Amino acid sequence: MVSSNLAEQHGAVGASIDVHDVSHRFDLDGRTLPVLNRVSLRIQSGELVSLLGPSGCGKSTLLRLVAGLETPTVGRIEADGETITRPDPSRVVMFQDPTLYPWRTVKANVSLGLEARGLLRRQGHRVDEALKLVGLAHFASAYPHQLSGGMAQRVSLARALVNDPKLLLLDEPLGKLDSMTRMTMQQELVSLWQRTGFTSLLVTHDVEEALFMSNRVIVLSDRPAAIKADIAVDLPFPRHRGDPRLAELRREILGLLGLDADW
Amino acid sequence: MSSASLTQREASLADFPPVPETRAGFWYIGVIAAAAWFTAAIVIGGMPDIDDFERTDMLSHIAAALAGLLLVLAIGERLFRFTIPAKLRGIGPWLLFLAAALTAWELVTAKYPLLPRPFFASPQALLEVFTDDYPRLGDSVWNSVRLLAGGYVIGAAAGFALGVAIGWSRAIGYWAHPVLRLIGPLPATAWLPIAFFAFPSSHSASTFLIALATGFPVTVLTWSGVAGVNKAFYDVARTMGASQRFLVLKVAIPAAMPSVFVGLFMGLGASFSVLVVAEMMGVKSGLGWYLQWAQGWAAYANMYAALLVMALMCTGLITLLFRLRDRLLAWQKGLVQW
Repeated sequence: MVSSNLAEQHGAVGASIDVHDVSHRFDLDGRTLPVLNRVSLRIQSGELVSLLGPSGCGKSTLLRLVAGLETPTVGRIEADGETITRPDPSRVVMFQDPTLYPWRTVKANVSLGLEARGLLRRQGHRVDEALKLVGLAHFASAYPHQLSGGMAQRVSLARALVNDPKLLLLDEPLGKLDSMTRMTMQQELVSLWQRTGFTSLLVTHDVEEALFMSNRVIVLSDRPAAIKADIAVDLPFPRHRGDPRLAELRREILGLLGLDADW
Repeated sequence: MSSASLTQREASLADFPPVPETRAGFWYIGVIAAAAWFTAAIVIGGMPDIDDFERTDMLSHIAAALAGLLLVLAIGERLFRFTIPAKLRGIGPWLLFLAAALTAWELVTAKYPLLPRPFFASPQALLEVFTDDYPRLGDSVWNSVRLLAGGYVIGAAAGFALGVAIGWSRAIGYWAHPVLRLIGPLPATAWLPIAFFAFPSSHSASTFLIALATGFPVTVLTWSGVAGVNKAFYDVARTMGASQRFLVLKVAIPAAMPSVFVGLFMGLGASFSVLVVAEMMGVKSGLGWYLQWAQGWAAYANMYAALLVMALMCTGLITLLFRLRDRLLAWQKGLVQW
């Protein structure tokens, strides 16, 4: 199948991630704001793990630390046994906003990673493959302002995939989409992950999304975030949204988040 | 869900049906404008002048020719089924108004002594300036444009480089910001006495002043553009392995371009005023000098002609800048049309 050969061709293998006793704080106008409190976590190669927690609890911060965009105040994070000190193209982030460059066409946006590393001339064909993979080959020459929210987020996905990541970091990438587009893209992300074998860390505040998509759901507490529970979702893919086991896990997680009363 | 879902929603912009072409109706405004220009031609050529004007007949012929052209276009469009460009159609009411204005101006200056002369020049006197003094006027335009272009390019380039540097580097910002705050708001013309004293020629002094006037807004707006770039744009590029150089050249600068163009526009406006003042004060050429020279001879028609040419030059240069921006920033929505 045309759409699946991108990763097979380049043989991506998922990275394993070790978070060793990480604490993090921000300095805001002289005050320190603790955001992460002694978080330890191990993600196996090829796993899709969700970070679930209340808004502003620090789950996105943990993802930024794993991406190498910031370094933890205390503790360390390893990817395949090597300490993460800075960003690397093998760990690509897909943000809540598509953050496409408005001055670049869709194709030039997807080319970004290859261009930044000087690989565009030799591997330019991968740009077209990635666009085909997300179903936007016909929009290669469109500008971002001409796209709908869902299309823009697909371009953002293609821009991540073209780098052949070992770890795909998803920072609430579907949070701003309408619910129908979101459900479709949840399925697409899962099937893509199944076919390619990268490891993925998904930050979300949507309990159903976490349960539908991941092997494990890590529930975080309020800020400063600590791990409250590490729940394995022992169901095969593709999953059915109405599965009674998912409903059961959902109740359990809402309980952990203190939201079971209004369920 | 199979992988087919990833490709199922492909669609292309070519899927939409073509919009049927509609023909515009008869160009009535064009015919009315033609009648107005014809009236102007008769008033100019048919009524006696109050003084000896050299170019009365020529002006009358020009108005008549314009009237004939409009009439041919309006009627020809109906007969031969060609299409008048929408732009020309759009300015129909303006053509009508201009004919009326010219007639009124002609009446009060050349046909009846209603306005004090020579402060109020007649249309044919202006025409005479263009037909008789065009070598000197053309030379003045050329000298003005050359002086302006030299100063503007230097100022814009320096301002752009400085703006990027201040926006990007904290250290450069630390030293440059206070200097910019103190010196920047000072009108460039205030430097005039010092500049003419310090520079070897009035040309180089004026170039410096024009560069100064251009540089300040370009610097500030480039800086503000670079400082205002969405931080997430950097995160995206950094996670994909971008170098510092890439972040500056391929992220910061393109993202700042809309703001840079505002600076270039403001700088161009500022450079015009410095140019004219510099030409009036020390440079012995250019439109500013021509204005001064014409005033010395009480040649008011020449002054009005020079003002008109200056206005055309300034608007032409701004149009050029906007065209450039439209090309470079075609990705932007809602651009102001000049």
